[in-house]
Amino acid sequence: MSELSINQGVEIRNAELELRHFQARLAIASAFVLLIFALLGLRFFYLQIVRHGELSTLADANRITVLPVAPNRGIILDRNGAVLAHNYSAYTLEIRPQDVDNIDRLVEDVGALIEIGPRDRRRFKRLLEESKVVGSLPIRTRLSDEEVARFAANRYRFPLVEVNARPFREYPRGERFSHVVGYIGRINQRELDRLEADGLIANYRGTDYIGKTGIERSYERFLHGTTGVENVEVDSGGRAVRTLSHTPPVSGNNIVLTIDARLQEMVYEAFGDERGALVAIEPATGGILAFVSKPGFDPNVFVDGIDPQNWSELSNSPDRPMMNRALSGTYPPGSTFKPYMALAALTYGKRTPQQTINDPGYFFFGGRQFRDSHAGGHGVVDLYTSLVKSSDTYYYMLANDMGIDAIARFVGQFGFGSRTGVDIIGEAVGVLPSPEWKMRRFKQKWYPGETISVGIGQGYNSYTPLQLAVAIATIANDGVVPRPHIVDYVEDSRTRERTAVATGPARTLDLKPEHLAVVKEALVGVTKEGTSRIAFAGAEYESAGKTGTAQVIGIKQGEKYVESEVAERFRDHSLYVAYAPADRPKIALAVIVENAGFGSRAAAPLARAVLDYYLLGKHPVSSKPEKAAGNASDG
Amino acid sequence: MHPTVRRIPRLLTRHIDGMLLGLIVLVMGLGLLVLYSASNANTARVTAQLANMMIAVVVMWVFANIPPHYLMRLAAPLYVAGVLMLLGVAMYGEVAHGARRWLDLGITRVQPSELMKIALPLALAWYLHRHEATLRFTNFAVATVMLIVPVALIARQPDLGTALLITASGFFVLFLAGLSWRIVAGAVLGSVVAAPFVWSLLHDYQRQRVLTLIDPAQDPLGTGYHTIQSTIAMGSGGWTGKGWLTGTQTHLDFIPERTTDFIFAVYAEEFGFAGSLVLLALLLLVIARGLFIAANAPTLFGRLLAGAITLTFFTYAFVNMGMVSGVLPVVGIPLPLISYGGTAMVSICLGFGILMSIATHKRLIQT
Repeated sequence: MSELSINQGVEIRNAELELRHFQARLAIASAFVLLIFALLGLRFFYLQIVRHGELSTLADANRITVLPVAPNRGIILDRNGAVLAHNYSAYTLEIRPQDVDNIDRLVEDVGALIEIGPRDRRRFKRLLEESKVVGSLPIRTRLSDEEVARFAANRYRFPLVEVNARPFREYPRGERFSHVVGYIGRINQRELDRLEADGLIANYRGTDYIGKTGIERSYERFLHGTTGVENVEVDSGGRAVRTLSHTPPVSGNNIVLTIDARLQEMVYEAFGDERGALVAIEPATGGILAFVSKPGFDPNVFVDGIDPQNWSELSNSPDRPMMNRALSGTYPPGSTFKPYMALAALTYGKRTPQQTINDPGYFFFGGRQFRDSHAGGHGVVDLYTSLVKSSDTYYYMLANDMGIDAIARFVGQFGFGSRTGVDIIGEAVGVLPSPEWKMRRFKQKWYPGETISVGIGQGYNSYTPLQLAVAIATIANDGVVPRPHIVDYVEDSRTRERTAVATGPARTLDLKPEHLAVVKEALVGVTKEGTSRIAFAGAEYESAGKTGTAQVIGIKQGEKYVESEVAERFRDHSLYVAYAPADRPKIALAVIVENAGFGSRAAAPLARAVLDYYLLGKHPVSSKPEKAAGNASDG
Repeated sequence: MHPTVRRIPRLLTRHIDGMLLGLIVLVMGLGLLVLYSASNANTARVTAQLANMMIAVVVMWVFANIPPHYLMRLAAPLYVAGVLMLLGVAMYGEVAHGARRWLDLGITRVQPSELMKIALPLALAWYLHRHEATLRFTNFAVATVMLIVPVALIARQPDLGTALLITASGFFVLFLAGLSWRIVAGAVLGSVVAAPFVWSLLHDYQRQRVLTLIDPAQDPLGTGYHTIQSTIAMGSGGWTGKGWLTGTQTHLDFIPERTTDFIFAVYAEEFGFAGSLVLLALLLLVIARGLFIAANAPTLFGRLLAGAITLTFFTYAFVNMGMVSGVLPVVGIPLPLISYGGTAMVSICLGFGILMSIATHKRLIQT
């Protein structure tokens, strides 16, 4: 009994011991549970409180996608409100190429539904090669309503093809303004890099196009506008769920030109089939009235991306339609250079108006005979006659007397050989010959004989038609050099507020009024009894002008020898500079007709037609310039 | 009223632990609320889950009414059957999602590893209880072998999450039974030493999960995506959350598996830090109640089983929340009582039924 009770006691003690043992273990486990939950709580605190801001941002970044909304590009108008560039909306068929495995197959399949011509295909290929990496590319533009409907019925078959309404740029006046207005095209990698460098890239998210040439390029930052933003909530699959906020885009500003569209078109037509350029300026303001480079091209073919065939036609044409002759073509000025030489002679006291020379038809210098273009010469020639009859000998001698440094110094003031600062990108500098220039360019010293032909606007002389126009406008202005500009003002798309382009004169030259009077009188004489008297016979206003004939020196290296063309391309360029009315000039112009011979023959009649039209509103009788019958003398 | 009828409520609640049931129902209710939001107000899914819960509660009631000594009798046969089925899976099992986990019994397909979750602690508790008076090293060695055999079979399927959970539940039994501290320390040390060896045995996707835990950003769209999105969801909740039904991570589909394994991210996003603490507190109360039952159980079997069940529940909760909050690797372990799914709900509640049985059958055994 006692043994049993002892045993029982041991068992009970053991059980109690065991229980205590177990409870100790349980306490340890409880402590562990508490510790772990405390750590979890800390972790939650760290995520939900400490990192709340950062993780909230990430959550928003997850769900919010910022979609750019491209602004409408500003429109371009002439001085009277005629539309030169505008936008319209049309449906395009677009493919997102980066998601497509077999582009050719897809184009084939879509082509079975909607006509995709070979030109579209070539253009699409070209876009594929050069466009930005992201986004969709148009395979067909300007779908008809019927085509849109046909595609809509079949769109389930083409998840990667979409029809979008897109704004298109249109240039309603086409080639006549191609070198003024320019064109836009899809943004390429180089332009993308430049935007990036200029910090403008954010504003171009959503924009596919950028100005490539002309006003479209030069005024890009005004025309483009400000891209709008749409904050869209998206799910994890990238599908838009709803719009959270919306900042509308601000349309680009409108650009109003000083160009008179009717004058511009009249001039373009007046060139007929000739090549050349004409720049007409309002002397008082520097506003450019007409800016023609012929031939032009249709800028509309560039908007959707030009197809390679069109491109090679344009770029390989011997007429070089892509070249902006008025802005970046440089030509010897020929005799249109003489008025500035005459002013230099008077200013430097090398000649007086009354002083005469004998012009036998040639000038000997350094054992070489410089011939006058008028066989036999003009006899006794004073300054007036030298301009009216365009005596070469007078200016050979004058150039020799003045020396190249004085010529370069004086003539340079008129803007020859330096950029005029016109508000369009791509202006050529031209060449104002001087010993320094020759050393820089050819690493050779100047020969005195080279000065002689510079005197008649030949030799190394080479200027843009724009420079010629600014120079003649300076004479019309009595020595005030105008700052040429094509844009009159920029009109804010919202406020309609106008910001004028600076019109103040570039500088004023220190010329004596009596010297100017002599030269101006002679320039009027040119139109009355001089080299352009036939072209200006019966004019109802008094104009001043100067003919010029520029020798085409030779074929440039690398140019193809095409026999049928050589003769024509070797012919002299025909030039004319003018302003009118002579007493209070409203227009000054410079015109060059390439390979058209004497200035009096092609350029002067064209100038007459322009002045008649601008001053009197007279339309030219025929679209082609009248070629004055083989009138003898010309410079 | 007939006396028998009057006794029905008493019969129904006799073996129910009121406090535990109250806490469980509270957590379940919270779970339904979160599920409604996580499923984008999908009432069908919420109804299905409600049905799961009701089945689970019935199972709980049934097991609560089974006296522990009956369970003790079931322990050995269940364990043997479980191991045999696991062997069957290893040899004839069906492959789904790259893992061999299912056994087709002709009538129905079963996942023997689920059975093992309850069979193993049951068997270990039974074994150690049998040798209660004379527990020594050899008993622990035998118990350890009983633990390792099914765990090895499950790890081979491969099902790392379940293997770890079962290891934990077995370990809790051994630990509570008084496994020598030296062995506990040795096991910890051993696992550290074994880690490189285990690493070499891991499948690529398992390794990737561990690596992802160290740096989720290295593979943000692959393995790291889950963790990154769930931590963003939690963190963006802040103090009080974005509000029920308004979590952006949830409703814009950024949280993967958001009704099942990652449902806690939804909860934490919409109810914030405050909500997270409330849930932690509720779960802690459930665990406390379970440990209290274990502490007061009359037999070693009851104590060990109740402790192991409770600590396994804790492990579920801790591993799941640790995974969602980005401190543990992504293993497929649901948040108990809250994640959508019937199997886990039933097996968890089955455990709670056993807990209640242990808590309410004291007198019967003692007498």
